[in-house]
Amino acid sequence: MSDPTHDLPLTGAIKTDGTPLSLREYEAIGGYAAVRAALSGLAPADVTARVKDAGLRGRGGAGFPTGIKWALVPMGDDAPHPKYLVVNADEMEPGTFKDRLLLEGNPHQLIEGVILAAYAIQADIAYIFLRGEYTVAEDRLHHALHEAYEAGYLGRHILGGPWSLGLHLHMSIGRYICGEETALLNALEGKRATPRTKPPFPQISGLWGKPTIVNNVETLCNVPPIVARGAEWFKGLSRTPNGGTKMFGVSGKAKRPGLWERPLGTTIGEILDLAGGMRDGLTLRGIIPGGASTDFLGPEHLDVQMDFDTVPKVGSRMGTGTMILLDDRTCPVGMVHNLMQFFAQESCGWCTPCRDGLPWVQKVVGAIEAGQGREDDLDVLRRHARLLGPGLTFCALAPGATAPLGSALVRFKDDFERHIRDQRCAWN
Amino acid sequence: MLSDAIKQEIESHIHEPEHRAAACTEALRIVQRERGWIDDESLAEVAEFLGMSPHELDGVATFFNLIHRRPVGRHVIRVCASVSCWVMGYEGLREKLLAHLGVEMGETTADGRFTVVPNQCLGCCDRAPALMIGRDLYRDVNPDALEAILEPYR
Ligand SMILES: Cc1cc2nc3c(=O)[nH]c(=O)nc-3n(C[C@H](O)[C@H](O)[C@H](O)COP(=O)(O)O)c2cc1C
Ligand code: SF4
Repeated sequence: MSDPTHDLPLTGAIKTDGTPLSLREYEAIGGYAAVRAALSGLAPADVTARVKDAGLRGRGGAGFPTGIKWALVPMGDDAPHPKYLVVNADEMEPGTFKDRLLLEGNPHQLIEGVILAAYAIQADIAYIFLRGEYTVAEDRLHHALHEAYEAGYLGRHILGGPWSLGLHLHMSIGRYICGEETALLNALEGKRATPRTKPPFPQISGLWGKPTIVNNVETLCNVPPIVARGAEWFKGLSRTPNGGTKMFGVSGKAKRPGLWERPLGTTIGEILDLAGGMRDGLTLRGIIPGGASTDFLGPEHLDVQMDFDTVPKVGSRMGTGTMILLDDRTCPVGMVHNLMQFFAQESCGWCTPCRDGLPWVQKVVGAIEAGQGREDDLDVLRRHARLLGPGLTFCALAPGATAPLGSALVRFKDDFERHIRDQRCAWN
Repeated sequence: MLSDAIKQEIESHIHEPEHRAAACTEALRIVQRERGWIDDESLAEVAEFLGMSPHELDGVATFFNLIHRRPVGRHVIRVCASVSCWVMGYEGLREKLLAHLGVEMGETTADGRFTVVPNQCLGCCDRAPALMIGRDLYRDVNPDALEAILEPYR
């Protein structure tokens, strides 16, 4: 995994034999030094300031500046307690497999990041919300948590100081919507995981109405190196004004699909090169750059730099940074049908446009793929791509579905039309 | 009746005593691990133990994907049905598996050994297609190797 030509703060220490770093191994490479330094020499606001100055943006997909989010939490003697820090380890966005490596490879780096983030907002209790299918991560986190408690990094009076933090592992019982941060909070409270109205934002009123920060696994894994090595170093890692490195992945019919940590601003083509390019005999037709909820790009976009600000300029988003490839021997309509099946099933059912609209979309795309498409079907799909878009549904799940749908209707228009005209799928 | 051991394990997931019901999803997981699925009686027992109404808990139990409110086989096979696995051959793998076991999606084999269900993205997209059996993940699954994969699950 490690590559001597790059500074890789997230994965550089992860072992190639597939076993996680023990507490001793993690401490031997400087692990928990940032916690020691922060608790003995930095005020909570200093930790937040350092993360803000570093320009760290949320790695869960939306890219919100992490330090700015933390700074919204009420501080001081009058602040409500308990305050909470919650790790979003629900990774369930189709095509996304980045947090798995961080959780399985170096659970202590996440735990250290949790402690630092919790210290910055003066949280009392923290939860790791882990998807139920990640059984290896479950076992390794259990073990690492035990080690961290034993060593005095967690629990009462951490490292002998005044501050205490309880960190608990919560196993999800599975639903994509749990990744949406307010739905996640409902799930943690033991309720159906439907999203909540925003505002109030969780920073003010989150878990049981108390101030709560929800951060992605990769986001928090960046915090120990930022606190240890400083904002300038972190900014310098990136090739663009977005600070840091990013986990980038490739799935689909590349020669060597995989996952790599690289500077933000690495181009799509360079990431595809890491995967060895397309398999012999196949041509690249489409790229979903960052998990299922991002718009299709195409082979003309290989020079686009992957970061939060550049990808939107060509009509998509970096999302989770893990791209899915469409090759010329795979049917784009079938691929969109699979995606719509996912979103329709995972709709939480709370708001009508998403609950009723997505199954309709799924059926129409399915009919086209099965050779039963009708003239006006594409209008129906275009209308849904618009009416389920950003701001028109209760949460961002349905807009996420419209990203691959709307972009596919433009990019693969001929394929959709041919399915309808020929009343068959040419790939089957 | 919930055994004392199960009750103790559920208690260990109550981190804030004033929010007892918050442990209900963990409780469902634990009881399902012991009993295979959540029947009405189990549901009522868990609800009572956590101070919830059975209907409230059923609302939770039926919302999530990993809780079974119907009987399942001794081993549940979850085949990843999401986009990367679809591109890499999910449909072929699914057909081969179902034909081998002689069931449709969602069904249980006559000997009660396996239940097959589709699962959303298993998060190992660079090693597709993938499936899980119980807690075990299998990646880069070759449909021709299915028999050997299933063999140890009795
Ligand atoms: C439907 C839906 C699913 C989501 N799933 C995840 C997820 O699995 N993991 C994650 O970190 N964020 C997910 N998010 C984003 C979270 O709502 C939230 O923005 C994120 O956890 C914030 O952390 P960050 O600022 O560190 O990125 C999802 C959002 C939506 C709308
Ligand atoms: S958009 Fe979909 S997932 Fe979000 S609240 Fe509405 S029904 Fe639920």
